[in-house]
Amino acid sequence: MDVSQYLEIFIEETKEHLQSLNEHILILEKEPENEETINEIFRAAHSLKGMSGTMGYKKMQRLTHDMENVFSEIRNGKMKATSELVDILFKGIDVLEAYLENVQTDGTEGDLECDDLIKALNQILVSGTSKADTSSEQSSKQSSEQKKKKDETKVAATEVSTKSSVGEKHKYKSVKLEDHEKKAIAKATSLNLNVIGMTIYIQEYCVLKGARAFMVNRTIEEYGEIIKLNPSAEDLEDEKYDFDYSAFVITKRTPEEMIKFIMGVSEVKEVVAGYIKLEEAELKSYLDILKQEELNISLPKLAKEQKGLQTGSPVRQKKPAKPIANRSVRVDIEKLDVLMNLASELIIVKNSLVSSSSDLQHQLDLAFYDNIEYLERISTNLHESVMKVRMVPIESVVNRFPRMVRDLSKKLDKQMELYMDGEDTELDRTVIDEIGDPLMHLIRNAADHGLERSEEREKLGKNPVGSIFLDAYQAGNNVIIEVRDDGRGIDVDKIKEKAIARGVVSEEQAARMSDKEIIDILFMPSFSTSKEVTDISGRGVGLDVVKTKIEALGGDIEARTKLGEGSNFIIRLPLTLAIMQALMVKLSSEKYALPLGNIQTVENVDRTDIKTVSGKEVLYLRGDVIPIIRLADVLDCKKSEEEEDQVLVVVVKKGEKLAGMVVDELIGQQEIVIKSIGEYINNHKVISGATILGNGEVALILDVNPLI
Amino acid sequence: MGDVSSKQYIDVRLGSNLYGIDIKYIDNIIVMHNITRVPKSQPYFLGVINLRGEIIPIMSLRRKLGLEDDEFTESTRIMIIKPEPSAAPVGLIVDEVNEVITLEEENIEKFNYTDETKADYSEGIGKHGDDLINILNILELIYEKNE
Repeated sequence: MDVSQYLEIFIEETKEHLQSLNEHILILEKEPENEETINEIFRAAHSLKGMSGTMGYKKMQRLTHDMENVFSEIRNGKMKATSELVDILFKGIDVLEAYLENVQTDGTEGDLECDDLIKALNQILVSGTSKADTSSEQSSKQSSEQKKKKDETKVAATEVSTKSSVGEKHKYKSVKLEDHEKKAIAKATSLNLNVIGMTIYIQEYCVLKGARAFMVNRTIEEYGEIIKLNPSAEDLEDEKYDFDYSAFVITKRTPEEMIKFIMGVSEVKEVVAGYIKLEEAELKSYLDILKQEELNISLPKLAKEQKGLQTGSPVRQKKPAKPIANRSVRVDIEKLDVLMNLASELIIVKNSLVSSSSDLQHQLDLAFYDNIEYLERISTNLHESVMKVRMVPIESVVNRFPRMVRDLSKKLDKQMELYMDGEDTELDRTVIDEIGDPLMHLIRNAADHGLERSEEREKLGKNPVGSIFLDAYQAGNNVIIEVRDDGRGIDVDKIKEKAIARGVVSEEQAARMSDKEIIDILFMPSFSTSKEVTDISGRGVGLDVVKTKIEALGGDIEARTKLGEGSNFIIRLPLTLAIMQALMVKLSSEKYALPLGNIQTVENVDRTDIKTVSGKEVLYLRGDVIPIIRLADVLDCKKSEEEEDQVLVVVVKKGEKLAGMVVDELIGQQEIVIKSIGEYINNHKVISGATILGNGEVALILDVNPLI
Repeated sequence: MGDVSSKQYIDVRLGSNLYGIDIKYIDNIIVMHNITRVPKSQPYFLGVINLRGEIIPIMSLRRKLGLEDDEFTESTRIMIIKPEPSAAPVGLIVDEVNEVITLEEENIEKFNYTDETKADYSEGIGKHGDDLINILNILELIYEKNE
């Protein structure tokens, strides 16, 4: 059976389920009585089991099955979610994640074995459950059937009487029937119709279980009325069942005939069926009720009513309402990229129309001008919409952190709590994919180096439980993510000492450096302040990697700290990578785009205002001393013959630092489409990309950050 | 055509030398475009062009091979090369594009890769009529790690 076409969906959904398990088990640990959480955990585990079974991943199936057994016991109140149990469950999830990773790389589960874990799970099961449950325990071991169903129906088994002998396969016998269903059975019996219960087994390799169940049910309906399905028709169609389900039918046919009909449907492995009869007393009481009720509940109507089951009306009132399905579509990111590119092309064409319309005499033609404006509006809206589609809440990245912090807390033996805010802040998909690792790194750093041990904290009069904060919010065209902790902060003197010892800076240099500059040393390659190397952080590949990654995304990072009070790492990221507002400038004959986000002001200053201080040009501007960068020199442009009296200075800002860029001419502000100049050209990061101007000309986008 | 022992090349000229580029790498051949200089790049990259909305880096084959600088004429062409089908394209400037030639395996004298020949990015010498054609090792030429 070829299931490769479903592999992608499997991977996606498994990820979601694992994440859901992670989140809810964390909640469970704190609120062991939270029924909704337990149900959610159960649902996720169950879906996982079913999916991995369908895909033929036996190890995943087995592990989830055993985990599900544990969840089931928790749900039945026979076990408590202790910290040790949660540890083991998390380990199980880790193993599942490892399997999934392997599936992602080569489509197989890999060689990883989890026998120890399964043993641990079973031990918990044996020691943690009461004697009363041993029977169900055994049966779960005998068959790998859905345990959930049994738990639900165990009590009800006696309520249905049967003629034939009880067999393991005749699961329908243990299905609980509702009052109105029994009424229907009584009615049918009085009309001399057969009521047949059956359990249908679908082949395990069946991929579209939902559709298969639907086919089977349709076949049954040709010969009778279905009065009950277990699981419900809704769940069957959503594939929320293992490989078997039970049905109750009112028909003129015999069970043997029904078996024959159903076996005619392909991918049906086995069908067992038998008559369903109510006990005499029960039958009588129901018939009495029926008589009392007016005869308006005739069988056809009844059948119609029951038919509603097929289309998804709830069977059991107790069952929690199915969460409203997300009104969303999964779209391949590549398709979105194509869409984005097309929107970008449109903007380029629009720009060229705008520029040619201003050249020509078209302004006189009002209609043409109006249309151009209209086009401008539409293309901008289109672009914004496409961009919004590509935006993903950072939740998808940060939601694994609470679990991580819990693990860190155990591993480091420090008490800590993670507080997250602004998880719904959205970022471009491409940024989201890359930002996870840097954030993880920062949180680990905070946990390992930032926070003190509980005893130490208490001595300092702090809350013994350390706090790590992860805040995300939008600020203009940027998204800011802050990773804060209330730990010991960064010891500037210690960094200084170490930087000198390592020869990063000389003693004289260090003496002249401001605290901020010294903190920036942290971001230099292979500079770690941790005295001991732990396996959590401090391997020498630290903040410099974080910085490189964030800069590659067009953002920057800054550290602020107060000794004894904690540190704060502030990451600034662009909202989108594809389009931005830029100031177009000219350097001799070449055009460059400066990202508007970086620009503070544009100044027209006298040449004499620029002073030379210790060999470097600076500008005194409203009390600030701003270093001057002559872009034409940096970029090796042809010099203009003579220097003008007035100099145009674009003041740009990077974090707290300012710098003045000297340009020859301003062209104006423009919305530009960012294009990559590819991997081949190595330009030392000065050029972050290129854009195509209205006339087809290429202008390069300057990244001012490395210049400052 | 399609014979295992023969390959098709595009025969291009730089000065008085002939070079062969395996046809499978060639995406397009275009006339000279306006090149936007990219500062701080490797010297053999003249800059980038806009080819139908796509930014393509342009390499001077002359500079890369250590010949005299380009002089753009009517016959100057940019060969748009894709080193791999999914890779980003890169343009190579040549003085002239002559023709498509088919060379039999036996007419190519392969070089063993030594440090000497490496500098020429040459894979071998092909004989086509009276002409000797320097077969370029495109992958080496484009992917070579920058000094």
